[in-house]
Amino acid sequence: MSSNTSSVKKATSIYSVSLFSRLRGRSASGAIGGILILFWLIMSVIGPMVAPYGANDFVSYDVFGPVSAKYWMGTDYLGRDIFSRVLNGTPYTIGVALAATVAACTAGVVSGLVAAASGGWLDAVISRTQDAMISIPSKMFALIMVASFGSSVPLLIIMAAIAYMPGSFRIARALAVNVMTLDYVQVARLRGESMAYIIFKEVLPNMFRPVLTDFGLRFVFVVLLLSSMSFLGLGVQPPDADWGSLVRENISGLGSGAPAVIAPAIAIASLTIGVNLLIDSFGNKSAHH
Amino acid sequence: MNQTISRLIMNRIGLGVLTLWIVSLVIFIITNLLPGDAAQELLGQSATPETLAALRTQLGLDLPIYTRYIQWLGGLLVGDAGYSMVNGMSIMELIWSRLPNTLVLAAFAASVSVPIALSIGIFSAMYRGSWFDRYINMMAVFAVSVPEFLIATIAVLIFAVKLGWLSALSHVESAHTFGEMIKVYAMPVLTLCSVLVAQMARMTRAAVIDQLSSPYVEMALLKGASPMRIVLRHVLPNALGPIANAVALSLSYLLGGVIIVESIFNYPGIATLMLNAVSTRDMPLVQGCAMLFCFGYLILVLIADICEIVSNPRLRK
Repeated sequence: MSSNTSSVKKATSIYSVSLFSRLRGRSASGAIGGILILFWLIMSVIGPMVAPYGANDFVSYDVFGPVSAKYWMGTDYLGRDIFSRVLNGTPYTIGVALAATVAACTAGVVSGLVAAASGGWLDAVISRTQDAMISIPSKMFALIMVASFGSSVPLLIIMAAIAYMPGSFRIARALAVNVMTLDYVQVARLRGESMAYIIFKEVLPNMFRPVLTDFGLRFVFVVLLLSSMSFLGLGVQPPDADWGSLVRENISGLGSGAPAVIAPAIAIASLTIGVNLLIDSFGNKSAHH
Repeated sequence: MNQTISRLIMNRIGLGVLTLWIVSLVIFIITNLLPGDAAQELLGQSATPETLAALRTQLGLDLPIYTRYIQWLGGLLVGDAGYSMVNGMSIMELIWSRLPNTLVLAAFAASVSVPIALSIGIFSAMYRGSWFDRYINMMAVFAVSVPEFLIATIAVLIFAVKLGWLSALSHVESAHTFGEMIKVYAMPVLTLCSVLVAQMARMTRAAVIDQLSSPYVEMALLKGASPMRIVLRHVLPNALGPIANAVALSLSYLLGGVIIVESIFNYPGIATLMLNAVSTRDMPLVQGCAMLFCFGYLILVLIADICEIVSNPRLRK
């Protein structure tokens, strides 16, 4: 079915039709993924406002308290409400990761298009540079950056954007090179259209779907990388806290099985699994690091 | 092995060396970009300009950056990565004291996960679309999309807190018997394996499925060969290259995975050494560890590529 619709879609405009046809008749796991993503996206905007308590309010004398009607995810090592702290962490976990992914994919796609469209020495230079960048493992790159510049939210965004740009570049360039050889691009070239016209009107719209899938996967990697850095104490710095920091600061509650440790970690998992479920239901290739 | 293959491999190794050189350049530039220098940090606020200048000369910080880069790279080539800024110890010595621990951990994880991942991958390819295949696929999606520290904390919660079988920290020195070894390594290895198995099994499955759709498999099927025979006699020998490629690429995950795992279980390996260096901003040590990690990563990717070259039947005589 998917090959059928996709060939029809290619004839019309991909991006306007696809979203609706995708939502129709897809598997339940895709719907669950979509709902999870939607929920967290909304929370990343209104989360801090709807949180029942302030992020730094000491609401309970009971440290590492259990799940209760008053404290939905228990209390942390200082007696603060974990549910409120998770909600207050959404702008950091989701907002920062989203900003970094948008930057990584924009830079990757633009450089991929430029490389594919220009060819020759410019293509070679861009490709070699990106190849070298990809051979520094992302966690290693993150550690080097934090060691050199210290950790701050802008640095984390820049770092993750640079770390995940080469992967996006590779995919975008491969796609663009393919599309460039198709007849309608050749026709546009013969018509004497400008490079900008060819890139934005002919090539880019036909790369939209795989690039969007890649965006989703990359977002998952960025979320995992940033929360790992926070978990190591090298990401978002106190008093601010993303979900990785919440796991770190409450790790001493693990011995008593406190929900304060597990709840933020499960929040991360629900977000990343949600994205993967949605992407999987599109019938595309799914994540590998 | 013929001319074409050896030429391709030599080219690939050359490209690897070139990439390693660019990586060293990137690492050195990033770690030297900020103006605040080592002498200032060592002496603190109370430093007089004279002592500062003297220490700078002693550390070679008064030299221009390209001279320092060449000295550093030259040092690395002869096995001298300089000295730690925090405790003045030789970086090579520090690394050598920790490296065996990390290698043991990685070897454990690899030797557990490779056989499991290969069998899972081959079986789910053979029974594609079955409940087993779908279940495995779902588990794999879960394993690669949750952070390692979630897997590790759940493992600690189950095996150390609830069941009380294992200790939450790794005390490598206290492991003398085989049973003690297993207790120390069980949880770190389990955590590393969950992601490793998921990735490797997926890639193996893809490689086997790729072969299963080829004409010679159809031929064997028409000949009346059993599914087991088709896979063992026909598919596996042909899928060996792609599978070896998948194994090597998946193993490169270990380089990132150990960073989290060693930190959680307080395991005295190379990753905890680097993490300490990052938090104390011990730049020479950060550079040394980063080069080591990138070197390991490039070697694994190189092996993966060479497996692919060697296994390409079009290049055989």
